[in-house]
Amino acid sequence: MSTRVTPGIAIGARAPARRRFGDILERENSLGLILMAPAVLILFLFIAYPFFLGIWYSLVNARIGVPGEFVGLQNFIRNAGDGIFQKTLMNTFTYTIITTIFKLFLGMALALLMNQHFPLKNLVRAGLLLPWIIPTALSTLAWLWIFDSTYGIISWALKNMGLIKTNIAFLGDPTLAMGSVIAVNIWRGTPFFAISLLAALQTISQDLYEAAAIDGAGAWHRFKHITLPLMMPVLTIVTLFSIIWTFADFQLVYVLTRGGPTNSTHLLATLAYQIGMSAGELSMGAAISLWMFPFMAALVILVLWYQRRETV
Amino acid sequence: MAVVIQPKATSHGVGVDKSGPVRRILTFWVPMTLFVVLTLFPFYWMLVASLKPNNELYNLRVFPFWVFNPTLDHYRYLFEKTLYFRWLMNTLLVAVASTAISLAFGILAGYALARLRFWGASILGVAVFISYLVPQTLLFIPMFDVIKTLNVADTYWALILTYPTFLIPFCTWLLMGYFKSIPKELEESALIDGSSRLRAMVEIVLPLAMPGILSAGIFAFTLSWNEFIYALVFITTTPMKTLPVGVVNELIRGDVFFWGSLMAGALLGSVPVALIYSFFVEYYVAGLTAGAVKG
Repeated sequence: MSTRVTPGIAIGARAPARRRFGDILERENSLGLILMAPAVLILFLFIAYPFFLGIWYSLVNARIGVPGEFVGLQNFIRNAGDGIFQKTLMNTFTYTIITTIFKLFLGMALALLMNQHFPLKNLVRAGLLLPWIIPTALSTLAWLWIFDSTYGIISWALKNMGLIKTNIAFLGDPTLAMGSVIAVNIWRGTPFFAISLLAALQTISQDLYEAAAIDGAGAWHRFKHITLPLMMPVLTIVTLFSIIWTFADFQLVYVLTRGGPTNSTHLLATLAYQIGMSAGELSMGAAISLWMFPFMAALVILVLWYQRRETV
Repeated sequence: MAVVIQPKATSHGVGVDKSGPVRRILTFWVPMTLFVVLTLFPFYWMLVASLKPNNELYNLRVFPFWVFNPTLDHYRYLFEKTLYFRWLMNTLLVAVASTAISLAFGILAGYALARLRFWGASILGVAVFISYLVPQTLLFIPMFDVIKTLNVADTYWALILTYPTFLIPFCTWLLMGYFKSIPKELEESALIDGSSRLRAMVEIVLPLAMPGILSAGIFAFTLSWNEFIYALVFITTTPMKTLPVGVVNELIRGDVFFWGSLMAGALLGSVPVALIYSFFVEYYVAGLTAGAVKG
């Protein structure tokens, strides 16, 4: 293929340098690498490098302003023996598992509802996605107000219905606080499931349902034998993505409880922030963050494996 | 017709007609209304609180679900007594800049991965995908060190340089899928006519990929607008804060009666993303589901 530097036969003699550069841009091998370079550079500098730096941090005893010395796995061992850390690790799993189950079922139900014909469908769909669009830190403030110990609307309503006598301290009691955090995450995450699953539902051909209906399959059977199997790929990927995000969640807990009361609602990310940033124990914080890594890595491998299997 | 989970049809013993209105109300309208009310109530609740005068907001004897004497005092407070406007501008600037960078780099990388056969392409593709799944909370402590080394802590650059770490992978991945859906023949015929690769990309592929680029851009913009932990850690002085961090960390005051301005700040800070989203909802949904549906 000729370069477009100069038309005709006399290219080579006239502009060798430009031609060589033009050639580089025409060859797939070099052009590909050139086009990838900016993205790869940023990702290397701000993901790969910090990742290894984080591992280094977790192996020394650095604090803010103190570089620290090599201490091996001591930070991780200290974590493992610490009651607050153990509670946090448990919380992170509880939070991820419970919210994912709810988001999956509610999201599926909502997707099935939205797949029907009804008036103002587009408006309703747009509105239902709002919790997912709006900055989490800001929408969580609404919940902070809803859960307020003096003016909270849930307590107000229950009191006026005569169901309770004193206000419920939603964020003041360890169990209730965890429950509240979980509820808000479900509120925020369900729309993502619903919209993704709705997109998948809409790709299923109506003919399949009609054929099944003619064969006498009821609604439940059609769901189980047509809808569910055909949605499996999307369902799996959406769930895995959501698990990854939920496991690494920060904002919601930071805004709602800051890990309190008495460190009972921390997730790994909020505890890492509290120890690493607020208390200045950089190395301990980095180690706490890194505890996420094995679970993240397992999930990522699962995603990659599943996608490869699906595309084969 | 569409399919719904209809558990144990007509088990009420009343013998409801299978397609009757009662059944439709129970299996559709009741759950749908519940979903809508529960989803939207917190936003309504923010709006109500932001418009109430304090003597109404903190009076438990007044019916709370309505505003009887609406006032804009809380909004006025935000703009006159706090740096709210400054935070808004900070956030806008950072979001626009990091979206622009990420889109540009994402277009190049996405095109290369979709169209060109080059050494290491598959490994780089997987690497980009993995970096999309790396959460910010895993890296923020060492990243803070990088930011300090580069001497950009507490500047816009701290965020403009780091937001692309989650935006580029997303844009690349979405656009790669989009580029793949554009027929190769269009480009090939241009190449045969003597056009260069880059020119074919700019003149033929990019215009056709506009919807994909738009969804990637909108999505990237909302992701940067909503980002929290990097902005919390890398920015320490009040005037440099982004809106979510500013509202959360600066508007909760010592005394108890800050709720009106807090809700006004939270609601107003959500308006830009909500507006963009409502104009481009189709593109947003396309971007949202790209990862899931296209894989």
